[in-house]
Amino acid sequence: MAYSDEIVIEAGHGAKNYWRDLWKNRELLWILSRRDLSVRYKQTVIGAGWAVIRPFATMAVMVFVFSMVGKFRGDAGIPYPLMVLAGITIWNFFSSTFTQISHSILLNSNLVTKTYFPRLIMPLSSVVVGFVDFFISIALFALISVWFRHTPGWQIILFPAFLVLTLLASLAFGLIFAVMNVRFRDIAQLIPFLVQIGFYACPIAYSSSLVEANHDVWWYDLYYLNPMVSIIDGFKWCLLGDGAFFKVSSLYSTMGLIAVMLTISIYYFRKEENSFVDYI
Amino acid sequence: MQVIIAEDISKKYIIDHQKAARKSHTLRDTFSEKIKHFFGKGEQDEVEQEEFWALRDVNFTVNQGDRVGIIGHNGAGKSTLLKILSKITEPTGGKVKIKGRVASLLEVGTGFHPELTGRENIFLNGAILGMKRQEIKNAFDSIVDFAGVEKFLDTPVKRYSSGMYVRLGFAISAHLSPEILIIDEVLAVGDADFQKKCLGKMRDVSESGRTILFVSHNLAAVKSLCNRAFYFEHGKLKMQGDTTHVVNNYLSHVAKTNLQHFWETPEEGPGTDEIRFRSVKIDPEYQDSKLYIDVRTPVRVHIEFWNLADRADLNLSLHLYAFTGECIFNVGTASQSFEKGLVSATLEVPGNFLNDGSYVISIMVVKDTSTVLFQLLDALSFEVEDHREGVTWYGKWPGYVRPQLNFQISQSEVLV
Repeated sequence: MAYSDEIVIEAGHGAKNYWRDLWKNRELLWILSRRDLSVRYKQTVIGAGWAVIRPFATMAVMVFVFSMVGKFRGDAGIPYPLMVLAGITIWNFFSSTFTQISHSILLNSNLVTKTYFPRLIMPLSSVVVGFVDFFISIALFALISVWFRHTPGWQIILFPAFLVLTLLASLAFGLIFAVMNVRFRDIAQLIPFLVQIGFYACPIAYSSSLVEANHDVWWYDLYYLNPMVSIIDGFKWCLLGDGAFFKVSSLYSTMGLIAVMLTISIYYFRKEENSFVDYI
Repeated sequence: MQVIIAEDISKKYIIDHQKAARKSHTLRDTFSEKIKHFFGKGEQDEVEQEEFWALRDVNFTVNQGDRVGIIGHNGAGKSTLLKILSKITEPTGGKVKIKGRVASLLEVGTGFHPELTGRENIFLNGAILGMKRQEIKNAFDSIVDFAGVEKFLDTPVKRYSSGMYVRLGFAISAHLSPEILIIDEVLAVGDADFQKKCLGKMRDVSESGRTILFVSHNLAAVKSLCNRAFYFEHGKLKMQGDTTHVVNNYLSHVAKTNLQHFWETPEEGPGTDEIRFRSVKIDPEYQDSKLYIDVRTPVRVHIEFWNLADRADLNLSLHLYAFTGECIFNVGTASQSFEKGLVSATLEVPGNFLNDGSYVISIMVVKDTSTVLFQLLDALSFEVEDHREGVTWYGKWPGYVRPQLNFQISQSEVLV
């Protein structure tokens, strides 16, 4: 009999063929993603309709509260609802992938305790639902753009770059939370709270130009320290054109921060993943 | 050829005593511990941590084509071993070399999602067990056929009966083609017919030159399937070798649990001012020169106690409890007048009466047929092992008793 593998199991030895194993298990990655998708809207009447209704309803409420009641204005020449919808779309993508990643290990605890595969498969497969919702939301954005007779400019070619950057950001923060969530269930309490704060701390219902207008306030630097600020600004600029406010320089520090965080998270995740089963 | 070589593998767990009831810490606990420690206050209520070695310095080798049965009490380290071999958890020390593709089946239907259909779950579970999509496709019809779920392929598995669920789960794993198959207690489930199928399938697998490691409490199944056995106790590999030999050794060890107590003097014996126990003892009449009690074994219970009163009307009452706490029976002696001195009694429990399981005896001394003088709780405990002849079914035999009653069957008419 020809033997396909010879493996050695010992303490701290798991690292050796990790990335090769991850690649070998790509079918599992795909099938777990499919599982999450097909389960998502089971036993609902509207089904995937929810992916349209939720961002649309949020946009409607924002428009009512900030534009009609609060008299907020977007950047010059940009319809307020479109600006809000662009912000909501990318923010929802970030918050849903971030949340899914953070819960991915716990939600799959039955797999963690009964089988082996590189554990990174779980957070990676959990983001697919966020992607699908994102593209539905983008389709909604396209429809409403037609209504407002808005056409995107050349910036639209950077669309994939911003999407990837957002995904990396959610991995950078989500992986750490996923690991901590295994030991400390506090994380599960913290996440919805963070997402809620983020919604207001990020330029979704307003434009960063309002912050820029009085940039000698003490929290100015703090504001830009939030990596999602420049990503959301950039994404809006990408969809809405030069009229949308975007401070390009803020993106550099964001990319640096994400690179550092991502390295730390992956290292931490790899270090802890073999002990998930002992603490879950 | 040796396909598994385990050298000194150990696995340590840390158990927290202070918060034993809580499964996971909260951040607050960790922080407050750290802060207390920082201020030097940690000592008073520091979490008391105890090391627990689930496995300790275990060495063994497994040859290609071996069917190894792994037996031992709960908590002896069997499942930890399987988890290490399947890479689910890593050992604290030592190492294992494994040659060949390993598939481990620690649960039937791992990762089944209740909302997904049978068809979808076949692909999901197959992928989780490490099968390629193409392999699953090739085996698909055969899996469906083996599980007998054709009609329900497009029904969510949450609507399946538990039997169907288990059959589907086993059918998928039976179509794995690993070189080494690791199985934990799969036969604990399913009906007789299906169990037979499973054992048959496992035998096929092993005959094709593959290696099987099989953990089970079902000794009959281990004996029929395995050619070698490992006996684990308290995290150590206590014995390995030929299955029958190891299983018998295990059983005779189990049987010695709590078969007798003896107290030299009345001062030491449990009781009151009026009576004190001297000895309680179980005396089995072992069958086939075995050293353990099985369902065929007649058992005598001997009881001796001192009557310390000058003259008393006494009788004994004996309760036999199942391990789960239900009383199986209560028998009493006639009441009799005794002088000061030793009193002895014997109860005979016939063979072919109790079912396999664990039993506990308690004994009561009663005065004037109405006053309980003393009750010796958990006086004795013993295990009854399974024994079957002419039966090819290995599931748990139901019921607390397994009497051989006169039950006749005959052909009363022949249809032509």
